[in-house]
Parts: sequence; structure tokens; C-alpha cells
Amino acid sequence: MKTRMKILASLLPVVLSCALVAPVSAEGGRLLATGGVTMIEGAAGGGLVPWAVLSSYAEEDEWGGTVAVSQADVNDFRLSVMGVSVNYRNRLELSFAKQTFNLTTIGGDLTQNILGAKYRLGGDILYGQMPQISLGLQYKENTRFGLPQAVGAQRDSDIDAYLAVSRAWLAGPFDRTWLVNGTVRATRANETGLLGFGGDLNDSHELLAEVAVGVFLHRSLALGVEYKQKPSNLGFAEESDWSSLFMAWFPSKSVAITGAYVDLGEIAGLAGQEGFYLSLQASF
Amino acid sequence: MKCFSAFVVCILLIMPNVAVGQTLYDELGQKQGIENIVEELLFNIADDRRIRHHFAESDLTRVHQMLSEQICELTGGPCVYSGDDMVTSHTGMGVTRADFNALVECLQLALDTFEIPVGAQNRLLALLAPMHHEIVGL
Repeated sequence: MKTRMKILASLLPVVLSCALVAPVSAEGGRLLATGGVTMIEGAAGGGLVPWAVLSSYAEEDEWGGTVAVSQADVNDFRLSVMGVSVNYRNRLELSFAKQTFNLTTIGGDLTQNILGAKYRLGGDILYGQMPQISLGLQYKENTRFGLPQAVGAQRDSDIDAYLAVSRAWLAGPFDRTWLVNGTVRATRANETGLLGFGGDLNDSHELLAEVAVGVFLHRSLALGVEYKQKPSNLGFAEESDWSSLFMAWFPSKSVAITGAYVDLGEIAGLAGQEGFYLSLQASF
Repeated sequence: MKCFSAFVVCILLIMPNVAVGQTLYDELGQKQGIENIVEELLFNIADDRRIRHHFAESDLTRVHQMLSEQICELTGGPCVYSGDDMVTSHTGMGVTRADFNALVECLQLALDTFEIPVGAQNRLLALLAPMHHEIVGL
């Protein structure tokens, strides 16, 4: 428990120094906050949901990237994530995330690596008639499969695919800028893959919905909510949908700080998994 | 569902009442206010190495007059824009998507300078954003 905190704490200087170095090159051609923040699987989005936006501020003739560390603490578990991404010409985003899920009450860790690709099919978050539409793939792999296997997971790696649509309204209700994102994901990941893929109840991909709605109180401060449907493939314990209420602050194009209240329902038979999430992101 | 309820409650608590009966033209300070904002915008552009080259050959007095007229008319003021349409005035300039956004940022800073409220800023940007395809990539 303590060591996990230490690892996360030791990563903070890395992110902060990236943030200090970043202004040199953080002249990306997109507007503030249009890259979202790093979600728990490493892609650009909110906290739980990958959005159609691509990471960083790279425009069509530029490239960019992000580095992020995140942690969610709920009653019996702690999720720590390290994520990096690159964005090539606001067309293709490649990301990598390393997740550690600490079972603080039960004891032990679940770990997962996620390699992601997101391709912008077309449209734009702000301009023109068409909303931004992106197609994403995530290759997920458990790096420790003992526990997932013991509870009935069928395999230790798999691919999730999703289609995301995002659109912002510059002057929506209350004359504020609003963002709406809808994502449909094909997945058979148990607890997003931390408990392996497929199970005794179901072993095929299902189409599930994920949504995000956010409002910019100011162009650097967004308040939003996310909801993520999840499958329930394992007989040993029912899986809950996840939701969060987040606030993201973009003091500059180099740094983003996200705080959230998260409701993860019941995980591995333990109910009431609510708690807080904090994420720091540096963009370059 | 807890998160959604909390979100709705937050929105209702935080959001100010939208100004009723005031046109955007009024909120920007009418003709004089708009001229001040456009002047500040042009100063910001001159300081911005990403886009100042686009204005190197421009008659800035005319740009100031045309932009002020255009914003005055768009926001409901008693002006008539007398300049060329957007496609004509930007053809050959090679304005990129990044350039367009840089100009938006210069405008946001100008609006901040005159303490234009967030809601009015958003309404102005929402009027200008649809011109994107008439300006970029020509």
C-alpha cells in the first residue's frame, strides 16, 4: 500500500518536469481543452470513457503527446495508472497505459497493460457540420493472470474496439460551452480487463454504451459526468456499471488536472466502491 | 445515477441567470466597445509569431474598420458590413486550421482584457465559428 503511493509520488516529479519543459513546444494549434484528458486506459477522453478527441493539441500539420499519472481510491481498491500518448497530425493517436489495481482489503495486485490506437475518421469537435468521429482499438494484457483465472476468466489478453462521437457547442445552455460524447464499445473485458477477458457466464464481445457530458464554466475549467456500461461475464460476482462526476482544470496547454468522485458500484463481491480520483497530465 | 443528480444540482447552483433583454452588441460595449476589442485583437495578433505574417501586407486601419463593422452587424448592432465576403478576403492567404485557432486565442485574450463575461464571449465565438470553412485552407 505504502509502496504504491511511493511509486506514484516518485512519478510526480517526472510529470511536473515534463510540464515545465513542455511550454517550449506546447504551441499546439488546437484550442484549450480540445484534447480532453488522459482516461484510465491511456486514451484521450474523460476519466472512464475514451472520447472521439485525440490527445494533446496537435493540429493537422503537427504532432504532440501527453504523459499522465492517475489514481482512483475507493473503499477496498486502488487503481493507479501511468499513461503516455502521441498524436500524429490530429489523425492518429497511439497510447500506452500501465494499470495496477491494488486490492487494499483482500490483499494483492491485479495488473494490466493497454496498447491503444485511435483514428479520427472525420468531423471536428468544434467546426463544420459533422461531429468528430473516431475509431479506437485497445489491446489489453494481464501481466498477472493467477487471480483472474481462479475466478473464471477465459484468457489473459484481448482486444476492445470502440466508435466514439464527440461534439462541443460553443454557446449551449446558460451560454456555456458544452461537450457531449457517446462511445459504443465491443468488449468482453472483466472489470475493464483487470480480471481478464470472458468468463463462465459469457465469452463473447458485447456492445456497450459509454457517455460523457461536460460543461465549461470557463474555457479552462470543465465540470462533467461520465457513465460506462460494463459486461458481467463472471459467475463469482456481479459487475457494476461505473460513473463519475469530474472537474478538469486546464491552467495552460501544458498541464491538466482532473479530480473526480467515482462510483464503481460492486467489485468482486464488495459493494459500495465509491471514492476519489486524481489525474495529472502534461502535454507537449 | 448519483453522479448525474449531483451534476444537475451543480449546474443549477453554479450557473448565473442568462442576461435577458441585452443583445450581444450591448454586452460587448456597443460600437465603441467592439472597436476597442478589435484594436486589442490586432495588437495581440501583432505580438503572435504564429499568425502575424498573415497581416504583414494588410492595411490595418481598414482591417480594424471591417472587422469592427462585421462584429457590430453580427451581434445585432446598427451597422452594415461593407467589406468583401469571407471567401474572397481570405483566398490565397493559406490560413491553416492552427492559424484560425491562434486568431481565436488572440480574440479570447482581447475579450478577457475588457472583462467581457464568459457567456458573451461564447456567444460571439459561436457566431464566428461557422465561418471556419470560408476562411481556412483557401
